[in-house]
Order: sequence, then C-alpha cells, then structure tokens
Amino acid sequence: MNRTINTRGPATAAEYGYDDLRAFMTRMTGDEKHSFAATSTLDVLWVLYDRVLRYDQVHPTWEGRDRFLLSKGHGPMAYYAVLAAKGFFPVDELDRFGSFDSILGYHPDRLLVPGVEISSGSLGHGLGLGVGMALGGRIKDSQSRIVVLMGDGELDEGSNHEAIAIASRFGLDRLAVTVIDNDSAKHGWPGGVASRFAVEQWATVDVDGRDHDAIEGAMATETDGRPLAVVAHVEGRDG
Amino acid sequence: MAETRTDTMRTRFMRVVGDLLASDDRAVAVLAVINRGLFEEEGLIERYPNRVIDVGIREQSQIGVAGGLALEGFRPIVSGYAPFLVERPFEQIKLSLTHQGASAVLVSVGGSWDSAGAGRTHQAPADVALISALPGWTVHVPGHPDELDALLRSGYAGGGSVYIRTSVEANRSAHVSARSEIVTLRGGTPDGVTLLVVGPGVDEALAAVEGLDATVLYTATPNPLDARTLDAKVAGDDLVIIEPYLAGTSAGRVADALSNRPMRIRSHGVHQPEVGHYGSPRDHRRFHGLDARGIREFVTSA
Repeated sequence: MNRTINTRGPATAAEYGYDDLRAFMTRMTGDEKHSFAATSTLDVLWVLYDRVLRYDQVHPTWEGRDRFLLSKGHGPMAYYAVLAAKGFFPVDELDRFGSFDSILGYHPDRLLVPGVEISSGSLGHGLGLGVGMALGGRIKDSQSRIVVLMGDGELDEGSNHEAIAIASRFGLDRLAVTVIDNDSAKHGWPGGVASRFAVEQWATVDVDGRDHDAIEGAMATETDGRPLAVVAHVEGRDG
Repeated sequence: MAETRTDTMRTRFMRVVGDLLASDDRAVAVLAVINRGLFEEEGLIERYPNRVIDVGIREQSQIGVAGGLALEGFRPIVSGYAPFLVERPFEQIKLSLTHQGASAVLVSVGGSWDSAGAGRTHQAPADVALISALPGWTVHVPGHPDELDALLRSGYAGGGSVYIRTSVEANRSAHVSARSEIVTLRGGTPDGVTLLVVGPGVDEALAAVEGLDATVLYTATPNPLDARTLDAKVAGDDLVIIEPYLAGTSAGRVADALSNRPMRIRSHGVHQPEVGHYGSPRDHRRFHGLDARGIREFVTSA
C-alpha cells in the first residue's frame, strides 16, 4: 500500500499503468541483447510495485518501506519502466538510458537512481545483501519485507547457495525471493528451481510469471517463520 | 608509549570488539566461524545474539551480509583469516560494500606467514595490495596490541571502510597512536639510507641498521600514507620500504609522496609468495629476508 504518489515530471504517477510499460521500454535503446531478460521480469516487477511492496516514491529512503533488490541486474529496462511509471523519476529520463549523463545505466546504480536499493549487474550479490538487510531489520524489529528478484541463470552463482542456506538457518521470514525462471540456466535445475530452496526449508510457490493475481497471491503465502521463494515461470527464449 | 606487551593482537581485538558492542547498538560482528571460539569465551554471542552473526564457512555471504547490514545503518566488524576475508570474497568487498557506498571494518588474522605450518592456502601477502586497489579504504597494519587497540577504535568511529591486518608477531613497543602518522624511531644523516618500516618488523629493522648511517621511520598505516610527514622526514635520496606483505605494495604511494625530488626507492617485503616450506613465522621472516640479517643485506646491497 503506497503512501503517496509522485507529482514530479510531466504527469503524475497515477496516470501510468501496466499498459504503458512496453512503450516505456522501447524508449530505452542500446542494450537490446538484454531485451529478453527485461521482458521476462516485467509482470513480476509490475505486480510487486503495484500490489505488494510498501514504498514512498517521493521519499524513497523512508525507513518503513519494503526493500526491493534487483539482484539480476541485467536488462533493467523493465525495472526502470516500472519505477518511472510509479513516479520515482520522470518518464523522460528513460530516453537518456545508457548515455553518459544518464542516471540509468545498463545495470542499476543505487547511488544514482531514486528507489534503487542495491547496485547490481554482477550476478550473485543480491541475496547475500538481502540476508544482511533482513538480519538488520530483525535487530531493528522492523516489519519491512526484503524482496530479492533473481533469475534461474543467476542461481548458477555459488554465492546464492551460501545465502539460501543461511537465510533459512536464521529463520528470516521477512525475506522473500522471486526467481524468474525463463530457462536461462545453462545446465538447468533438475527437480525444478523451487527444490533448491525447499531443500533448505524455504517455503516455496511456483506460479505463472505472467499471471498477476497468482503472483500477488504467492507473495502473500504464509511461511511459518521461513523465508519465501516464489518461482515465476515465463516463456523461455525460444518460447 | 608503554614498554609492555600484556596480550596479543587477537585477544586485544576481542576486548575492543566487546567494548564496541556494549557502547554502540549499531555495532555488529560478522563471523565466518573463525574467531567464534573467542566470541564464545568472551560471552559475546550469548550477550548479543542478534549482533554477533556467524554465517558459517561462507565467506562470500560474510561480506554480502555485512554489506546488507551497512545499508541498514549498522557498522559491521568483519573478521577472519586474511585469505578468506580478502582474497576469496574480493568481488563482494568491491561490489557488496564499496560499490554500494557501504562501509565496514574488516579485521584479518594470518597475514603473510602467521600460519607458516599451514602453507600457501592460509597466507595472503597480497591482501594490502588488493584492498588498496579499491577506492576509499584505509589500511592499518598495527605492529603492537596497543596500536591495534587505538586504530580499531578510531577506525570504527571514523565510519569509513577500514582494513586492519593483525599479526601474531608484535614489536616490543607501540610507536603510533590512533593517528595515521609516520614517526621517527632512529635518526641518521642525509648521506645515509632511510628505512620506512610498516607494522611488525621494527625490532628487526633497528637491529639490522646497527652501526649504519640510517634513519628509521615507522608507520602502521600504509594507505592512505602520511605523505606530508614522509616528505618532511626523508632527508637523503635513498629509501628502503620494509613491508610485511607483497614487495612493492607501498612503493607507488611512497613515490608519489616523494615525487618532488630524485630518489632511489626500493621495496623489501614478500618477494616470493609460493614459499614451499612450513615451520614457524620466524622461519618465514628469515626466508623472505625480513629478519635483521636479511634486512641488512638488502639495505647494504647495491
């Protein structure tokens, strides 16, 4: 539930919806090799920012916000489109994507982009950071959720499996991971991506990554004190 | 400075960390098993169950967790063996801390040869060079528990990214305080050689130059280097850096500090990281030519 909407820029955030996102994404050129990565995440990102996360786009560092970490920093065009649609920065900024003076690079930078919690791009960093943020939240007795978006290909990085293990050992029930499974992992995940989390006692849900109601419902899963992994299946590159 | 050595850097580290955990709710100790026994002995895990975090043998996550805690406003103190604290998770230090604009205090044990019997896997002579390659990091190499005490407290309070390389070796006396300064331990003439000694090894260096026209300077902070003091204290044109880590690590910063004059600058440290021998720290100091005899040979060689 969002506290405010942004009123900066040529229009208010309230004027933009899901149907505007693909047009926004076409305004960002130069990183076409990651278009597939971007379109894979689009629906999950929209549902998170439209229905799940608490944030204040006018005050992006509001202490009570949920933290969203785009660990899979490749192809952030969908992320930027959603942030612009929700008013974190003016939509016109999208046209400067990747240019020298733009705040929007091919990988997001938390020191440049309002609302971006972590700088990412090198795979396998976001979940470790998310575990640290969740532990920090526990010390502060915070009710904020930490939501980390990853890719099934990104799970190849061994650092993720360190973090998957300790998140459950510490019972980080404010931590959720959304894995976009678009069959990018070179050698696949026999038994399914969710099994990699389930074996470490995470609560897991598999959903259609284009079904907004299903994604929203999965993010509301009761976890009985465990971290949550939502595996969002989308069409593969050849799909 | 006091002439006493009542404890080791490791036990002093524990005392200071205990003080910091008690005095600052933002202090969080992040472990990867190493040092856990000491934290248990001190009762710190029982006293601060949420602020002493042991991630197990997961060094990438150790740094990642520290980065996440720092982003939430905490001040992580991250400790471990130098190869596993610096070399193994180096990309996490670069990206999960530095690139995020987050900071922490990293405190290592082991150094170049503390675990002489453990071999190359437990030796990290390149640690100071690696950390110094990242922007914004302060590197302390204390030569005495009193120096560690002061530098850890000031480094923690300073709020930036700090790497402290502790050692089982220690000089007979402490020579610097919390200030990142260069001090003169022995005076010489401009016609003689100047030694800049970093961290442990002062006593060996002083013994090495007995009877020579030599100035001996000392610092426990190779990065950033106290360039102004170095410039003021170096009188001659012949300088030898005695560094207990990879030879050449500090040469660039020393050269920058003295770039206003013609100088011969030589580096004497770990020239051969693949030792191929075990033994004791003293054996390894001798192997690397960093005992008194080796230093004298290096200093007096053409």
